[in-house]
This record gives sequence, C-alpha cells and structure tokens, in this order.
Amino acid sequence: MRAWKEFTKGIIKENPVFVMALGLCPTLAVTTSAFNGVGMGLASTFVLLGSNTVVSLIKKLVPDKVRIPMYIVVIATFVTLVQMFMKAYFPALDKALGLFIPLIVVNCMILGRAEAFASKNNLFYSIIDALGVGVGFTLALTLIGAIREILGSNSIFGYQVVEGFQPMGFFVLAPGAFLTIGVLIAIFKAIEKKNKSN
Amino acid sequence: MSISGLFVIAVSAILVNNFVLARFLGLCPFMGVSKKLDSAFGMGGAVIFVMTIASAVTWIIQHYILNKFGLGYLQTIAFILVIASLVQFIEMFLHKALPHLYKALGIYLPLITTNCAILGVTILNIDEGYNFIQTIVHGFSAGLGFLLALVMMAGIREKLELADVPESLKGLGLTFVTASLMSLAFMGFAGLV
Repeated sequence: MRAWKEFTKGIIKENPVFVMALGLCPTLAVTTSAFNGVGMGLASTFVLLGSNTVVSLIKKLVPDKVRIPMYIVVIATFVTLVQMFMKAYFPALDKALGLFIPLIVVNCMILGRAEAFASKNNLFYSIIDALGVGVGFTLALTLIGAIREILGSNSIFGYQVVEGFQPMGFFVLAPGAFLTIGVLIAIFKAIEKKNKSN
Repeated sequence: MSISGLFVIAVSAILVNNFVLARFLGLCPFMGVSKKLDSAFGMGGAVIFVMTIASAVTWIIQHYILNKFGLGYLQTIAFILVIASLVQFIEMFLHKALPHLYKALGIYLPLITTNCAILGVTILNIDEGYNFIQTIVHGFSAGLGFLLALVMMAGIREKLELADVPESLKGLGLTFVTASLMSLAFMGFAGLV
C-alpha cells in the first residue's frame, strides 16, 4: 500500500510544478504546444527515473561531502543519453525544445528527488517515486501546453478546435506563459483550501 | 570585430532577449530571491560575477579541449562540472582575498550552481558561435539583464505586500501574474536591434 501512496503523492499533493514550484524554466519555456509539453515531460521523467535508480544503488558508496557533484554527474550522463536519442529519432522535437534539453541537468526537481528521496530509500521505492513525480510533471506540462495551444493557436496536438475562433497570439508568447501558470497555481491553491475546510 | 557589434550583443541580452522575461532562464532564483531589494541586489551581483567568469572558462574548454579531441558530446557534463567547481573556487577565493565582497555575495553563491541561466548562457555562447570577446560581453550583459529583472521584481513585490489580493492568488500566483505584465512591457523592446 505504501507503494501506491508514494506513486500518487507526486501527481497531486506534491505536484512538482503547481505545489512545489520546481523545474519552472522548462515548464514555461517549452509549453507553447501540448505536444512539446509531453515531449519535455517524458524526457525529464526518463532522466529522473535513471538518476533515482542509480543514486539509490550507489547511496552507500558515496562519501557525504561529494554527494552533490556525484549526483550531478549521474544526472548529466542520463541527459546526454536523452540528447543523443532525440537528435537521432525526433529531430523536430529536438529543434523545438532546443536549449532546454541540456538544461534538464539543472532542473532542481531532479536533483531535489535524488537528494530528498533516492539517497534515503531503497531501489523499489525510489523507482516508484520517480515514476509518480515524473507523471505529475508530464501532466502539468501537458496541461499548460494544452491551454496555451488552445487559446494561442486554436488547436490541440495540431488539430483545430473551434472553427472561426480568432486565436490570441498572446498566449504563445512569453507573457502568456507567465499568466497561465500564475492563474493555474492560484486555482490549485483554491481547490486545496476547499478540500481542507471540508 | 567592431564595438557596435558588441553593443548589439549587450542590448539584445539585457533588454530584447532578457534572460528571465523572454528566455525563461533562472526562474527559480527569480521567484525565490525577489522578496527583498537587498537580497535581489546580492543575488544579481553574484550572478553577473559567476556568469562572466563561467562564460570565459567554458569557451576556452569548448574550443581548446572538447573540439580539439572531438569530445563535443561531453559538453553538458563538462560544462556543469566546470560551473560547479568554479562556484566552489570563487567562494573560497572571495573568502580569502575579498572578505568584503564575500560577505555581500557569500550566501547566494552555492545557489548559483543550479541556476539554469548560468549553464544556459555558456551553451548559448557556443551555439551562437561567439568569439572570446563576444562571449565575455554576452555573459556579462546576460547577468546584467538578470539583475535588472530581479531588482524590478523585488521593488514591485515590496509594494505588493501591502495590497489586498484574493487569498489564493497570494504569493507565487501573484508573482507570476506580475512577471507576465513585466514580460509584456519588455516585449516593447523587440525590434530594437
């Protein structure tokens, strides 16, 4: 039963984007469309899964003082793998995400999970935790991407939504990204408060 | 290479492609350290300092080590390690040589390792094909743009503390909406260069 709890906590209660406000840079930069959001979410989930697995396996071998640089090297290795894989198989997505693929290294969400969870728990729970947080991150990115794509270009995953609707280009640009996430965070907070008072 | 070329790089990095408001880099410290003006200045100063040095060092490493031995695919790992050790080194150096500056910037330095703006600027320098001088100018002005956005945000937030806003919008939500308006204002610089 604990496994299920570890899995679901990353999706809603400790959602990395809306509740913890971690990994904000890729969240805002690449979510101009729902597809880009899914791509970035899956890439980050893969890195998170890899780093949590390795960190959990080597946690007893790593001296305490050099653990952060060690974790960063582990994360950077998996990011390099993702970078090469995307260049080879998804060149269009690679172009759309651009700079933000190498920048997965400094996504504080991944280092945060390694430090706060994987370095203290066994392999099984570390994998569950990575999957839960990864799914939460991917869902958040897809949601933001979908909202911005519907309002900003009147389409979702490339398909037209409403005929004759004049899209608001504002939402595809930088200010639209800030506005969307600001409102979503407020909504999340309001729902949480309502749940608490009930 | 002309002076005006360098000026264009600087204006573009500070205003048109502001690292925080247009490129979405360094958002975590932008949200975390923008509550007070003093700490915003401290963080901004530390970022300018590290960005300029990191730009120069990573440029040398890319051109004289990675490219020379055909190790381009190690760029991400090499750069992040260089930045992490550089930050540690700068911290020790300041502690010994310039205790005054260390006192002002000290607590912000460790946070900088995971600031994506630093890794971002070093990779952008290589992607854009800048030469050594352009790299240093770009690094410095990107830091200056970061300082500008951070200080403006801190000034606004200090005023907003007194405003009456809906309960659930308080804190992070309102900060993002403010950032949205600032970013809209910065879009006015588009077409400047």
